[in-house]
Amino acid sequence: MVYFGFLTQLLSVQIPLEAVSEEQYNTTMAAATYTLPSLPYAYNALEPSISAQIMELHHSKHHQTYVTNLNKALQSYSAATASGNVPDQIALQAAIKFNGGGHINHSLFWQNLAPSSSPDSKLEAAPKLMAEIKATYDSFDRFKEAFTAALLGIQGSGWGWLVKEELTGLRIVTTKDQDPVVNGEVPIFGVDMWEHAYYLQYLNGKAAYVQNIWNVINWKTAEERFQGTREEAFKVLKSQL
Amino acid sequence: MSSTLMRTVPALRAAARASAAKPAAAAMGTSFVRGKATLPDLPYDYPALEPYISGKIMELHHKKHHQTYVTGLNTALETIEGAKSKGDLTKAASVAPLLNFHGGGHVNHSLFWENLAPASREGGGEPDGALKKAIDEDFGGFDTFRKQMNTALAGIQGSGWAWLVKDKQSGTLGLVTRANQDPVTGNYVPLMGIDAWEHAYYLQYENRKAEYFDAIWNVINWKTVASRFDKS
Repeated sequence: MVYFGFLTQLLSVQIPLEAVSEEQYNTTMAAATYTLPSLPYAYNALEPSISAQIMELHHSKHHQTYVTNLNKALQSYSAATASGNVPDQIALQAAIKFNGGGHINHSLFWQNLAPSSSPDSKLEAAPKLMAEIKATYDSFDRFKEAFTAALLGIQGSGWGWLVKEELTGLRIVTTKDQDPVVNGEVPIFGVDMWEHAYYLQYLNGKAAYVQNIWNVINWKTAEERFQGTREEAFKVLKSQL
Repeated sequence: MSSTLMRTVPALRAAARASAAKPAAAAMGTSFVRGKATLPDLPYDYPALEPYISGKIMELHHKKHHQTYVTGLNTALETIEGAKSKGDLTKAASVAPLLNFHGGGHVNHSLFWENLAPASREGGGEPDGALKKAIDEDFGGFDTFRKQMNTALAGIQGSGWAWLVKDKQSGTLGLVTRANQDPVTGNYVPLMGIDAWEHAYYLQYENRKAEYFDAIWNVINWKTVASRFDKS
């Protein structure tokens, strides 16, 4: 702690506060600090399926809040661990799950979307995954129907995911709030069904949002995740550390 | 029973409050026509809660969202009836999540509309009388209560509601949160609810939900809340 304090002092003496980059600041912290990943496209790139206003708020405000609160929770957790405070460690787990889940889900979500003008948004970008979808659900249309029904059946806030499980293969799962899919399955693509993901544009018409999200699924990313491991799917998080 | 008389004896206050509990439905504005749920009228115009809640939010919230819960509730009840008449109890039981969600949505919104009022009329301010006394005793004052309610609202992870409730057994007031549309049932009588779903504020407040939670106190109908408290 003496060293950390010293370093902080040194930084604040040598450079004006604004000039201290996030990375430099993070080196003085005990817990890992996550940062908001950049979007792989512009805010307006998913129009007309998802408006620029939604994308900007969703990324720069909502996702940022999960990142900020995850970092806070992890710092408190690391302090509770250092002082052997078990009740606090347990109490903090809900905040870590919610905000950590929010960070994981959104990071995966941005990458599994692509502008409809991009070749990545075409089904042909995922030949192996398409073959597996057809083998599992008979046809892509039947899969789409099942996925759509799952999304519209969510009560409250949550997500729908296509995942790959080691033993059983492809499966559609829904999760509540920001619960992430971190129990061994590989997330292939997810759709955010929180109202903030569509309300400014679609209002209460969530079925239209779900219909239009199919135009901007990044099938190239989905194919990569389908062929890769769980660790590879989550590598986006490590790069943001 | 004369709750006024009993309330003058402080030791009996909790007991009096507890024993006077009535079925929660009596305190609700949920309307039914021949066993069918129907959308209740709002007791004010859509723009009446402005500038705290926009007319557009109120219109969508009432006419679309609440209507969807009413429709969903009636569908769930019909499915249960149909399953019952065929003796298919497994099918009837499978409707439970939908009944809870849509039934809860109908009950929650019906209570919500009535515990709001335009700031130019009954809305805002602070409760008085027996309710004020109970809030002072159980929360240590109105400001503390309001702060605790806002903390509870801010802490909801996902969609849900926060409620001021009366505990039927102890007779004391408390705060509870409920996920999604889970209604307040069992040992609690709901007195005042605040909707923390994003559809309740997003068009006006976007991600700044704390501003919505601050603003809504200007349109709380304490007359309704006090009347629910007195009847409970």
